[in-house]
Amino acid sequence: MFEYFKPNKIFSITSKAPKYVLFLFIVTLTVGLSEALIFSPEDYKQSHSVRIMYVHVPAAWISLGIFSTLTFLSITGYIFKIINFFLIAKSLAPSGLVFNIVALVTGSIWGKPTWGTWWAWDARITSMLILALFYIMYIVAWRIYEKNNKAFQITSIITILGIVNVPIIKYSVDWWNTLHQPASINILSKSTIHVSMLFPLLIMTAAFALFSLLIFLMKYNTELIKIKNKGLDRL
Amino acid sequence: MYGRKVKLRFFFVLLSLLTLILSVFLIIKSLEENVVYFQSPSEIKVLAEIENKKIRVGGMVKDNSISIQAKEINFIITDYKNEINVIYSGVLPNLFSEGKGVVAEGYLKDKNFFLASKILAKHDENYMPPEVKAALEEK
Repeated sequence: MFEYFKPNKIFSITSKAPKYVLFLFIVTLTVGLSEALIFSPEDYKQSHSVRIMYVHVPAAWISLGIFSTLTFLSITGYIFKIINFFLIAKSLAPSGLVFNIVALVTGSIWGKPTWGTWWAWDARITSMLILALFYIMYIVAWRIYEKNNKAFQITSIITILGIVNVPIIKYSVDWWNTLHQPASINILSKSTIHVSMLFPLLIMTAAFALFSLLIFLMKYNTELIKIKNKGLDRL
Repeated sequence: MYGRKVKLRFFFVLLSLLTLILSVFLIIKSLEENVVYFQSPSEIKVLAEIENKKIRVGGMVKDNSISIQAKEINFIITDYKNEINVIYSGVLPNLFSEGKGVVAEGYLKDKNFFLASKILAKHDENYMPPEVKAALEEK
């Protein structure tokens, strides 16, 4: 297993992967956008403004997913001392932050015509803002601490502090009165979104996931090149 | 299987997560009043005293309760147990309609009357095309 953790081995795969991922991303995004903007029906209540959902919801999902992944990688990396995991986490973080901001901005644009306000300090929105702050702290910490060991520790602590916020984001709409509506897509109970709208939503999620993967690969390759240049043959 | 250090680090992470979750839980629990975005008419009913403070009341707009006069809009917010009358003049959001969710921001006149300075529409988690909605209503 540790054979694969050699930077050269990994690099031979990850340096070739981006062009395929880019191709897949463009295809998925084209299908997703045309489904979301043209072919999917309008909502009975919100009419066309419902289309913001096809960007807003996938972006929020991906940013939550990436933060959970960061935490998982940091904790296992810390326990088992796997340096590679920290580098993967470091390379994943920027796309998480981007999608977090996308979710906040599109939510704001969506809120104005539907709720009647750009911003509300309700539990869901505020906790999402806190997640963005954790992302920024995480990314800044990598820049401040150039000595690796220190950076590993500090960033792990940030993810552990931040992960507590993730279930709060998820369940805020169920625990408290919020302006934000509860989840429409449920794994255990019946979803309250019509199939014709669920389909473009899932494709857009796949497109955003591929975009995150693409950015991740680019960042990760840079990290590997940095290690190579330092003349280390093992991570 | 794993070394002693690995186990120690594992317990360290586990304990710090537990401590963190518990303390965040306690903090949020004690701040509950501020975390909720609005109160329901039933919660207004049991208020001990009416303070001259900006609050938000939320619930459903009662069917057939909207009446629009020259400059004033009156409607009733209900949570199907208690109701509160709302008086408002200003712009209404697009999604504001009878039988739908609403959050009103403003001041309590008394336990039955609320002077709103801002109305927000709260939409629910149901998304469907108009045809499906029409078909559902026919049933």
